[in-house]
Amino acid sequence: MKNKYTIILLAALVVLTSCRDENWYPGASLTAIGDVSETYRGLLLLNEGNMGSNKCTIDCYDYTSGTYNRNIYGDCNPDVVLALGDGGNDIGVYGGKIYVVVNQSNLVEVMDAFTFRHITQISIPNGRNLAFCGGRVYVSSYAGAAYGDTEYRKGFVAEIDTASLLVVKTCEVGYQPEEMAVYGSKLYVANSGGYCAPDYDSTVSVIDLTTFEVEKTIDVDVNLHRMEADYERGLIFVSSRGDYYGIPSSVYVIDVQTDNVIMHIADLPCADMALAGDSLYVYSTEFSYETYQTVVSYAIYDIGRREIVTRNFITDSTESQIIYPYGITVNKHSGDVYIADAKDFMTPGTLFCYSREGKLKWSVMTGDVPGHFAFIKK
Amino acid sequence: MGRFTKILCIIVTSVWQAVPMSGEILTDSLSRDLDEVEVAASRIDKVTIPAQELGGAQLRRLSAYSVADALRYFSGIQIKDYGGIGGLKTVNVRSMGSEHVGVFYDGIQLGNAQNGTIDLGRYSLENMESVTMYNGQKSSIFQPAKAYASASTIYLQSRRPVFDVEYGDDFSETVKPYNVNVGLKYGSFNTWNPSVLWEQRLGEHLSSSVSAEYVTTSGEYDFRLKRAGGYDTTMTRTNGDVRAWRVEAGLYGNTMKDIWSAKVYFYNSERGYPGAVVREIPGKFANKDRQWDTDLFAQGSWQRSVTDWYSLQAQLKYAYDYLHYKSDPQLDVSTMAVDNIYRQQEAYASAVQLFAIKPWWSASLSTDFQMNFLDGNISDFSKPVRYTSLVAASTAFEWNRLKGQASALFTYVDDKADKGCVEGTKNKVTPTVVISWRPFESTDWNLRAFYKTVFRVPTLNDIYYTIVGAKPLNPEYTTQYDIGTTWALSRDGGLLRRIEIQADAYYNQVDDKIVAMPASNQFRWTMMNIGHVRIFGVDAALQSNWRVGKIGHGLRLNYTYQSAQDRTDSSSQWYGGQIPYIPKHSGSVIYSGEWRKWSWNYSFIYTGERYISVANIPENYEQPWYTHDLSLSRLIDMRDCGMRVSLEVNNLFNQQYEVIRCYPMPGTNFKIRLEVLL
Repeated sequence: MKNKYTIILLAALVVLTSCRDENWYPGASLTAIGDVSETYRGLLLLNEGNMGSNKCTIDCYDYTSGTYNRNIYGDCNPDVVLALGDGGNDIGVYGGKIYVVVNQSNLVEVMDAFTFRHITQISIPNGRNLAFCGGRVYVSSYAGAAYGDTEYRKGFVAEIDTASLLVVKTCEVGYQPEEMAVYGSKLYVANSGGYCAPDYDSTVSVIDLTTFEVEKTIDVDVNLHRMEADYERGLIFVSSRGDYYGIPSSVYVIDVQTDNVIMHIADLPCADMALAGDSLYVYSTEFSYETYQTVVSYAIYDIGRREIVTRNFITDSTESQIIYPYGITVNKHSGDVYIADAKDFMTPGTLFCYSREGKLKWSVMTGDVPGHFAFIKK
Repeated sequence: MGRFTKILCIIVTSVWQAVPMSGEILTDSLSRDLDEVEVAASRIDKVTIPAQELGGAQLRRLSAYSVADALRYFSGIQIKDYGGIGGLKTVNVRSMGSEHVGVFYDGIQLGNAQNGTIDLGRYSLENMESVTMYNGQKSSIFQPAKAYASASTIYLQSRRPVFDVEYGDDFSETVKPYNVNVGLKYGSFNTWNPSVLWEQRLGEHLSSSVSAEYVTTSGEYDFRLKRAGGYDTTMTRTNGDVRAWRVEAGLYGNTMKDIWSAKVYFYNSERGYPGAVVREIPGKFANKDRQWDTDLFAQGSWQRSVTDWYSLQAQLKYAYDYLHYKSDPQLDVSTMAVDNIYRQQEAYASAVQLFAIKPWWSASLSTDFQMNFLDGNISDFSKPVRYTSLVAASTAFEWNRLKGQASALFTYVDDKADKGCVEGTKNKVTPTVVISWRPFESTDWNLRAFYKTVFRVPTLNDIYYTIVGAKPLNPEYTTQYDIGTTWALSRDGGLLRRIEIQADAYYNQVDDKIVAMPASNQFRWTMMNIGHVRIFGVDAALQSNWRVGKIGHGLRLNYTYQSAQDRTDSSSQWYGGQIPYIPKHSGSVIYSGEWRKWSWNYSFIYTGERYISVANIPENYEQPWYTHDLSLSRLIDMRDCGMRVSLEVNNLFNQQYEVIRCYPMPGTNFKIRLEVLL
């Protein structure tokens, strides 16, 4: 009787033990699309992944072969423990290297732009965004020194030397700094103050890159977020998220000669923007407390004419397929516009590619919460 | 026995029924220990509504620390376990969501108006008599209205004092005046768990009980992370430490007509939050988040048979819960400063009237009233007050071999808040119908079916915390259809002494499911009634007792099949995907045995492959996991007392697994337990 039990239990054990595959790993997947480019080798898309899920991934559109490679990091870097990490926030390509700010992993990942192989990781707590200039990488971070009142704690910008890949200098800026823009020897930093809500920050810190110290603070509007530099005209576009109550989201323009705000584009709500020639592509996701709906718009602001030329640059009515736009970029050579759709933030997103005329060319499944782009030049 | 008592025996299967009404509170303890499993099993009516119970010696023999650990062995249940003694453990019954599970402690519901879920990892099994789970509702009509108000219910019954009787040579009876039980557990992760239980007989109809326990653990354990053809590393989980106190004191009384109890419960804890295991630069920014909790409640119940056709039950409760969560950038520079304090208060009263109209027919009316207050130190906090009134009218009949119950629950909820959106009043009536039939008098074989619709009111967090000014939320509905069968056989001799089989197939719907949606950006979320889930499942359980020579064996098997599909958006690519963390197949085996003063237990749990998102793709795939646990214990008789020594080995084959993605579970771990019974 006892033997019978033992046999049954052992049999059950063998059956069930075979159910677990210790060699299992979710690898990259490929989709053929066929859209090729002469100027660019690739378009990188950083998928943030939900906080605490360690699902930050990189997808790469290969312009040479016209294929979309989903989740490339793990396959290229089997030895990096827990792969790319948790909560990606920005990606950039500079000097043959890819830099990725992995916010919740508290690091900046540095990879080779050709092989996608891991080179090193740089410790940056609560890192946010990237800017590049003169052999230096600038990373904004929420995590300034925690002295005194920790609730009102300033952020900083770290300067990384691209040769040594080490942080060489840091500079304290405003509260919870987000995007940055370089113009000449000046670095403009948009401070949000998101942790201090409702006492948002409303300033842009201007760092002199020769001394790496804040030389000026420009007062703009609450909860600053995105930044784009127009090098032709010497303008910096900075967006305010508003306060979600009385103050709506809008865009401000700073003149780099005087470092003054020269214009407020009040009727241009902005979640993210991308600049190509005279056109500033801006999409917005404003939540209305009246209809309880997120109102989405896809506008183009013509910098030369100083006016909004369209409120919907998508001309084939396919905007209804985009559930929640979360990132935008423009291929400056072809004029193609790329929009990342984060959908419900819980499932894979979609990358939409639109022609210059606003017609949908193709779309493809991405990782979770796609939001940040970078082109790799040939 | 009067007519009332008889009918009560037929219809009322409340846990209280275990204690006879006529003062026969004393039982012979020699057989008590051995028969506890059978006694516990027979007193619940498993025939009418699907019910599963673990109690008495079987519960004690399981290598389980908390109620959540024991519930893993039930069919149809999924536990979300974030790992370790301190990790959050919530329970989801038949995939309808943890907010739809009502947890009752000694007959009165444990509340959490703030987030609607109970962390069952905090409820120790130390003084627990039984843990019972009912699908739908308990098959009784002599119960508070709240017992009807959840899609599934779990009853935690703490030990009610029972005293040994010694018979003298002249047939005189001497009742033991007290029971004292002192225990000490020591285990892996530097866990210490001393406890004491003192039960005192204060008179023929009155007794008291005090139970206290302390637990402390470092919560530190190693786990291995590896990838085929890639990294292979061992990391240590840190900041998972817990220290917690629990003190309970109760008074228990009964007369010919009344039975009553009163209890005070106090729990105080401090714990670290280990956080998700994600990529990091080792040793750089370790999680230092901490949480402090104080839970206090006082509750009383009183039941009286007024006449032979009318009986009454009243319950009162007051609860205070304090929660303090701190994330300190001075300890971990990468974190956002959080220093939140929440205080919840709950006042509850219930009255139930039972009318025995005919010997075969009875009806009841239950009226509950509850107030919840939530106060917090976060800015712009609404400080909501919620008033809930519940009225349940129900009836039960037993006609030949056909049994039936029907009930209607009326719910009225009203919120008042300082600031922000005031949630509207809800007036809703929801029904339940239960029927069972025993085709043959001679065979204990039954067929059963139930239908139940009930909703959960949005939690205070859903409405007042996520975003101020969100859309008024509707209740989240569940509808359940269940058909099943049970068969049982008991014999006095032979190898197989008792066997019980139950199997149920069910179809559930969750409608207007409350889902968080991003609003203006990822920092601002709003709650909306947009989700829909369709669940088809099968639960099967077998329990058997065997005797081979002088060795007693018990074998319990459970199997669950669940297809739980997301039906939120038919245009979505993931429409119809299996919902997160619900395995298609899961099951458990418990084998226990006893011989003389030895007893042992082997348990096995299997959870099949799952996905962590409705997008059922490789990135979201989770491997099956299965663990084997062993325990061995021996009673040692001393001159003046008894002693029990137990040894437990959990996760025998050191499987590295995760119940929740990024929260690795401990590998092989040990526990030794010493109990002195005075």
